[in-house]
Amino acid sequence: MDADAFSVEAAGVRQHESAWRRLRRNWSVRIGGSVLVLLVAIALAAPLLGTVDPTLFDAGSRDLRPGMTGQITTLDGDTIPHRFLMGSDSFGRDIYSRVIYGARVSLSVGLLVALLALAFGISAGLGAGYLRWLDGVLMRFMDGLMAIPGILVAIALVALWRGSLTTVVIAIAIPEIPRVTRLVRSLVLSIREEPYVEAAVSLGTPTWKIMFGHILPNTIAPLIVQGTYICASAILLESILSFLGVGLPPDIPTWGNIMAEGRVQFNEYPHNVFFPGLFLAVTVLAVNILGDGLRDTLDPKMARRV
Amino acid sequence: MSAVLEVRDLSVALPAGGDRRRAVERVSFNVERGEIVCLVGESGSGKSVIAQALMGLLPPALPVTGGSILLEGEDVVKLRPERLRELRATRMSMVFQEPMTALNPVMTCGAQIDEVLRQHTRLAPGERRAKILDIVHEVALPDPERIVASYPHQLSGGQRQRIVIAMALVLEPVLLIADEPTTALDVTTQAQILKLIQELQARHGMGVLFITHDFGVVAEIAHRVAVLRLGEMVELGAKIEVLMRPQHFYTRMLIAAVPKVHPQGRSADASAPLVLETRGLSKTYVDRGWFSGRRAVNAADDVTLEVRRGQTLGIVGESGSGKSTVARCIVRLIDPSGGQIRLGGEDIATRSRAALRPLRRKVQIVFQDPYRSLNPRRTVGEAIIEGPRNYGLSRREALERARRLMELVRMDPGVLNRYPHQFSGGQRQRICIARALAMEPELLIADEAVSALDVSVQAQVLALFEEIRARLNLAMLFITHDLRVAAQVCDYVAVMSHGRIVEQGPALQVFGGPRHEYTRALFAAAPGRDFAFGAG
Amino acid sequence: MYKFIARRLLSTIPVLVIVAVLVFLLLRLTPGDPAAILAGDAASRDQIAQIRISLGLDKPIIVQFGIWVSHILRGDLGESFYFKIKVTDLIAQRLEPTLALASFTLVIAVLVSVPLGVIAAWRFGGWFDRALMGFSVLGFSIPVFVLAYILIWIVSLKLGWLPVQGYKRIGDGFWPFLRHLILPSITLSVIYIALIARVTRASMIEALGEDYIRTARAKGLPESRVLIAHALANAAVPIVTVIGIGVALLIGGVVVTESVYAIPGLGRLTVDAVLARDFPTIQGVILFFSFVYVVVNLLIDLSYVIFDPRIRY
Repeated sequence: MDADAFSVEAAGVRQHESAWRRLRRNWSVRIGGSVLVLLVAIALAAPLLGTVDPTLFDAGSRDLRPGMTGQITTLDGDTIPHRFLMGSDSFGRDIYSRVIYGARVSLSVGLLVALLALAFGISAGLGAGYLRWLDGVLMRFMDGLMAIPGILVAIALVALWRGSLTTVVIAIAIPEIPRVTRLVRSLVLSIREEPYVEAAVSLGTPTWKIMFGHILPNTIAPLIVQGTYICASAILLESILSFLGVGLPPDIPTWGNIMAEGRVQFNEYPHNVFFPGLFLAVTVLAVNILGDGLRDTLDPKMARRV
Repeated sequence: MSAVLEVRDLSVALPAGGDRRRAVERVSFNVERGEIVCLVGESGSGKSVIAQALMGLLPPALPVTGGSILLEGEDVVKLRPERLRELRATRMSMVFQEPMTALNPVMTCGAQIDEVLRQHTRLAPGERRAKILDIVHEVALPDPERIVASYPHQLSGGQRQRIVIAMALVLEPVLLIADEPTTALDVTTQAQILKLIQELQARHGMGVLFITHDFGVVAEIAHRVAVLRLGEMVELGAKIEVLMRPQHFYTRMLIAAVPKVHPQGRSADASAPLVLETRGLSKTYVDRGWFSGRRAVNAADDVTLEVRRGQTLGIVGESGSGKSTVARCIVRLIDPSGGQIRLGGEDIATRSRAALRPLRRKVQIVFQDPYRSLNPRRTVGEAIIEGPRNYGLSRREALERARRLMELVRMDPGVLNRYPHQFSGGQRQRICIARALAMEPELLIADEAVSALDVSVQAQVLALFEEIRARLNLAMLFITHDLRVAAQVCDYVAVMSHGRIVEQGPALQVFGGPRHEYTRALFAAAPGRDFAFGAG
Repeated sequence: MYKFIARRLLSTIPVLVIVAVLVFLLLRLTPGDPAAILAGDAASRDQIAQIRISLGLDKPIIVQFGIWVSHILRGDLGESFYFKIKVTDLIAQRLEPTLALASFTLVIAVLVSVPLGVIAAWRFGGWFDRALMGFSVLGFSIPVFVLAYILIWIVSLKLGWLPVQGYKRIGDGFWPFLRHLILPSITLSVIYIALIARVTRASMIEALGEDYIRTARAKGLPESRVLIAHALANAAVPIVTVIGIGVALLIGGVVVTESVYAIPGLGRLTVDAVLARDFPTIQGVILFFSFVYVVVNLLIDLSYVIFDPRIRY
């Protein structure tokens, strides 16, 4: 037991640093965070990065290979010369511009889905964890929702509602809600058994204050971690929906749409698939690496589990 | 006598960032054939590190940096891993603290003993089986055939520890290392296991290195004693010498801190006003399975007790006796199933949460685990003022009160803005006491509040409870499994077993002449009860 | 044990009921007239009205649900708008390729991931462990279809070792059948390997920290026995659990993989049905997949009886 006591003390020394400093020292957080910051900057600065309007096309510039120069017709009908860094697709659209603007869609979908799923999951989880009459019904419902593979729910919902940013975000968020609910509920159930919560009860602290003052703050670390993972899988799922042709309309530049368009001519022009695929993989990888780093620093208990 | 084990100048390093450079610093001692050497120390003394070093089981983070460990002349430190594996279980064996987790839950007990034989002998299956049944019989387990076929979860803690002992001794090693083997057990089971180890040791003549933090156990079992403090050995000698005439100041301090098993003999005023009284309090847990029908467990059954102002009632019992259930009912952390809880004349057993609120502040509780009793995300000051703020005190007044209370519990009022992780276990327990007192309660409940603390810290916190009770004229309900602790602080004692109070009365009377059979058995099991520590 | 099995069997009933309700409501959640959506943009007023009556949409919603469920219980999932045959027949036709792909993937994934996870946990913090963790993050992050195209590009287009696309029934000979399945299965197994290896590693690390491992070492057992008989035996329950949970991942992967490799299975059917707005087929396929998922996880839970004696008694 003494060996254990030492490791606890050693860990205790590190705990004296603030969570923020531990985060900044973690390599996963550094790498994932920097790549993500770079991607967000690219998305925000898209118009300044030598792009043209991603919907523009020119019949004379179809199927150009990366780096070739061609021309593009602006909305006013002018034809201007343009260098196609990543080539062009079969409509003569600039893939580089579409990929850069696609970052906007992917990142916003990831962020919005994570926020939406967390918001609903936290409310449902707190309810289930604290209100006994709600627990049974709500959790059976969540079990049922979880039994339907998420991708099918999302595909079906988008198909019914027709693709738009809102419907895609909601459709992807819904299957994530049960997982967040389960996490929050199990955290609430274990934290409310903690002696410090029982102490608060005997100090006469009202239930809502215990919930928001003692329990919720102690669930934040695992929830941030979970949120990052949801963000990564949402970005993936959005691109899958677009790729299958059941996501956002094809004229909106998303990485999935670009690839769906490019797959037809994959044999001759593989770059139409590979450039957006590369961006997609790097983005999801960055978010996942960041998630692992956050988990290791913020939630060491969970880090041992998965 | 010949030395089975010779430890010479053993040093073990600690990873960087620890509180000291070495876990163990130049420790030397012998264990002779046929003797029991006790290694005593508080947590962090390095005693378990030594045990693991002997078995060659230290994690890579704690390497042996110097010295030698001679097992019958062979230096364990320098051995190749294969040779070390050959020695384990054949020449030296180990018994661990937690019998509940020391056995593989998915393997039968018989198979786990059999593994030792298959690894180290070439016996035929029939011979192995006979040997297993023999050793299971020898550790006094009933019905060996059934036990051998059982999985660990089907056995009690004491039975599991017997299996671990059987596994350790099946190949008759010359050295048995027992690392706090009875700490996790109830006192009556502990007494049986200690007796078993003594018997086996006498019969087989092996050397035993027994690691413990409990001087009662030392008095019961040791031939010689080594005292460790922060990785260094401060004293080594025959049991009588060390316990009666300790030389080193640290040993003297430790021994003085052991609570006396005989009550203080304070005469309690039976006419003091009644603060708490329970009448027929019971708590039944009902397990409504879909198929099993109703299965009811009486965690507390017809508990009637009273506590008067300025006095301490101790509830003593083993784990599962229902003592904590009673405490939690009184604080209304759980709802009692029947009976009354009268607080200053008002029954609170069935009050709704809202109606209970004004009365909450009258009863406060201090829990066992100092590391989980404080919200890690709130400062100590926030923790202490939470209660008073709930009852309408302004922030400034509440903080003022918190500062006064910090002084009362002997802590620096300047640390109110620090977070719990910056304090030791004993300090946190003081903070928890201050938090409870901030409500100006009439009744303070201590639910195993000193059980997780080292003996020297425990003595200080016990003294603090005493002082507070006397100064504030509080009624106290002191729940403990430790008879010595109960004897030290209680005016009245109630002994619980299986949810019922089997005996209660003034402490002097109960300790002096226990009437109930169970109480007598419990007292007889208390280790080292006949030993007057440091009397010389 | 029988209590456990019976309880677990009964507990799937509410889940299946809720799945049915949700799948049923999926269509009703749509804003506007479901009949109009079903009929498509070019439908006339009469066609819409006819659809409404044929689907019973004029009746109260509870009655509609009752009718729908009674049909399902009789094994009737309705008729496909697009393919003009019974949905059950459609599913039966498309089952073989999906089943072949999924089982192949499962076998590859388990055979590869469990040993990897065990070794990583044994050498916790070493280079192998770090490499595996790196691979697993990559496996989670790389989209199935991007991976599919990379593999097609290298293995089929550049090296010409395997066919680019398509599927051969097992009746057409085992070798062609196998050749067409290799790339899709490898593609699909990557994320699964990442998931199972991660959980194997984590539960092995946890098991290796338990007291009984120290007991096993103190008995003088060799590392291999400590690792397999003691640690892995105890880590088995979380590992099989995640294999079951991962079936959802597998189903999602099947949809994409079949699309990329042009395999005429249930995944491809799902996408085709969605693109054709063929609602009876969508409902039928979702219901079928969910049913499979629930049953697989039921079987997995029941298998705990083998792995953990504490459930047996």
